[in-house]
Amino acid sequence: MDHFPTNWGRPRNDAFDAYATYPIHQRPYNGPKDTFADGVQRTQQPIVTGTSVLAIKYKDGVMMAADNLASYGSLARFKDVQRLHQVGNYTVIGAGGDMSDFQYIQYILEELSIDEISAQDGHELGPIEIHEYMSQLMYARRSKMNPLWNSLLIGGFKDGKRFLSYVDLLGTTYSASTLATGYGAFIAQPLLRKAVEGREDVITEEEARKILEDSMRVLFYRDARSMNKFQIATISSAGVSISDSMQLETAWSFAENIRGYGAQTQ
Amino acid sequence: MIMPDMDSLAHPQERRFNPYTENGGTILAIAGADFSVIAGDTRQSEGYSIQTRYAPKVFRLTDRAVLAVNGFAADGNMFVKKVKQRLEWYHHAHAKDMPLRAIARLIQTMLYARRFFPYYVYNILGGIEEDGTGAVYSFDPVGSYEREACRAAGAAQSLVQPFLDNQIYFKNQEAAQGTSHPSHLPLETVLSIVIDSFTSATERHIEVGDGLEIFIALSKGRTLQGMESIRGLQELTVTEDGERLFVMRRDLKKD
Amino acid sequence: MFRNTYDSDNTVFSPQGRLHQVEYALEAVKQGSAAVGLRSKTHAILLALKRSTGELASYQQKMFRIDDHVGIAIAGLTSDARVLSNFMRQQAMGERMIFNRPMPVNRLVSSIADKAQVNTQEYGRRPYGVGFLVIGQDQTGPHLFEFSPSGNSYEYYAMSIGARSQSAKTYLEKHYESFADCNLEDLIRHGLHALRETLQQDKELNVNNTSVGIIGPMGQHEKPISPPGSFRILEGDKVEVYLQSMEKKEEAPAPVPAPASVPDAAPAPGSDEDVQMSG
Repeated sequence: MDHFPTNWGRPRNDAFDAYATYPIHQRPYNGPKDTFADGVQRTQQPIVTGTSVLAIKYKDGVMMAADNLASYGSLARFKDVQRLHQVGNYTVIGAGGDMSDFQYIQYILEELSIDEISAQDGHELGPIEIHEYMSQLMYARRSKMNPLWNSLLIGGFKDGKRFLSYVDLLGTTYSASTLATGYGAFIAQPLLRKAVEGREDVITEEEARKILEDSMRVLFYRDARSMNKFQIATISSAGVSISDSMQLETAWSFAENIRGYGAQTQ
Repeated sequence: MIMPDMDSLAHPQERRFNPYTENGGTILAIAGADFSVIAGDTRQSEGYSIQTRYAPKVFRLTDRAVLAVNGFAADGNMFVKKVKQRLEWYHHAHAKDMPLRAIARLIQTMLYARRFFPYYVYNILGGIEEDGTGAVYSFDPVGSYEREACRAAGAAQSLVQPFLDNQIYFKNQEAAQGTSHPSHLPLETVLSIVIDSFTSATERHIEVGDGLEIFIALSKGRTLQGMESIRGLQELTVTEDGERLFVMRRDLKKD
Repeated sequence: MFRNTYDSDNTVFSPQGRLHQVEYALEAVKQGSAAVGLRSKTHAILLALKRSTGELASYQQKMFRIDDHVGIAIAGLTSDARVLSNFMRQQAMGERMIFNRPMPVNRLVSSIADKAQVNTQEYGRRPYGVGFLVIGQDQTGPHLFEFSPSGNSYEYYAMSIGARSQSAKTYLEKHYESFADCNLEDLIRHGLHALRETLQQDKELNVNNTSVGIIGPMGQHEKPISPPGSFRILEGDKVEVYLQSMEKKEEAPAPVPAPASVPDAAPAPGSDEDVQMSG
């Protein structure tokens, strides 16, 4: 997974601004200059973006984490954005990528939930149904060459079964006991796999929380588009709960002992 | 990474949305006289990242037809879903399963219908024909297809296919004096060739590994002939007194 | 036969506030051979009486599979039933495509009831000439519904439709309280007893004229199917074991006649044949 959303859904080109250091308005113009060429403007690139989402399975269900930052290029633009969203009574969807597209997805899912509730017939949408719906939606939009520029994690717990899956702007889907989007796919996923794989039925809620917090701390140290303010969602037989925003203890004093980088000369 | 200079920013650069990606993995099918074996690994990856260690690429369509898909996973999953729904309609209309050669032609028309926005997927269809023979059909992404005795596709095609050419078609092998090469190999031999193919591909290709799923379709009346107790075998047969279908799951190296 | 000038257009009410065309459509359902449906805590089943137009003809199909989890039995115009059942199949497959779940049975029935309602209100249309019993299993357990051309749909513990279905209904009303805890074999026996009530004097249920549709765990006379518990239709030799299980019909006083409020009190001889499109 490419960690910068601007590059998602594009041919790889490591020669050009892989870390998106240039402000968005200085980006080269993409495509023909013909005024009459296209009647509609599609999403060609994400504008305000969220970074990693992490999720793991544990003994009682699924736990997810995402920070509260929405970036505008390299500018930390919005610092109180919730990227974990509850859908129905059994599901949480976490999003990286374009935040306006994510808000549109929240709107669509809200409509869907209202339709389902108003049928009043005892049927409810669980994580499996939400996952299938989202994968169809994302795949349909990519097939119209008008993608929703997100990578989503869908976690849930219904009928005694936990569920965790990934969907992105290409319609690619997969499921595993640990998942991470964006930069987290490189930095956090190896840590999560080491801590969780094979121990899904053993890990307690406290332990799961610690695993996610440790990974979020590493991401905050290493990912320039991240922030030390995040939320954790737990989905278990007790239902969905999304925590208030929290901060982690971090230490930077070791930095001055590092030699070989930056301004130090010895 | 090369830092871009200001000149390159002045030139317009093509950065259009690319609706495709490659998700790695390899699939393989071999036809016997009265059986067919269809296999695939279960790793799904993108670039250097393993997305998941278990994402099936081989799917049961009917008791006598199994489809393996490889390439862009989202296209593959959608394509399999659509084929299954077409087969469901066939079942509604005719109250029987679609024969293998008809499924093969159906797949070709469905792929070609998307000639100008293709499913970026290599398909291999394996199973039992109406005459009871084992069959393998292989397709390109836009629907060209042919019936073959064996085929490998995907990330490690270039590693596996030459091995099959040698072991199944006996290319570059001289039969012993006064004998000839067999035209069909027994199931036991085929299974060990399949397993060896995947362990070897796992060693040499980073996109292959984690798990192996092998489907075995047996012609009407044929048994496993002593291979019933083989490790990891499970029967999937649905209909009575028809073709029988088995799946065998093995671990591959996860590194 | 014609009642008055309010006959010809189904969008016009009669002075009594009735839609005559809709009521005639309900008559078409009564012309079809009978179908019976029952439900227990674990199973929902259908039983139907097949008719053939003569020695040389095959028996008319009375049951259709909609999806793994839904099946129907029909009474009335087979051709209309095929249109509606294809629509139901589309709906069910759409639900699997979009949500990867079996479509809730009540919503499936409502979707065809809504279609039927449109035909009772829009100019230039005619109501469907067929009624359904729908059985299905979803997240909320096994279900039995009736669909009728008037656009109504109801859920039932047990129900019958078609020719002389009132006799079957009488049997079901007498016994329905015991159905909830029945095993599959007992449930089918009750169903056959009810279906038998709809037969003409000299006729009997046999392997050729009886269809049984089942949803729920496999019974002791069945072989495993996939996916487990999905809709299956038993016909021919497979129903023999259940026919054998029936108890002899007690030669009770004359069966309860259908209420005479509806004008089918004097059906013409041979009028219980299935209505054909050509006829």
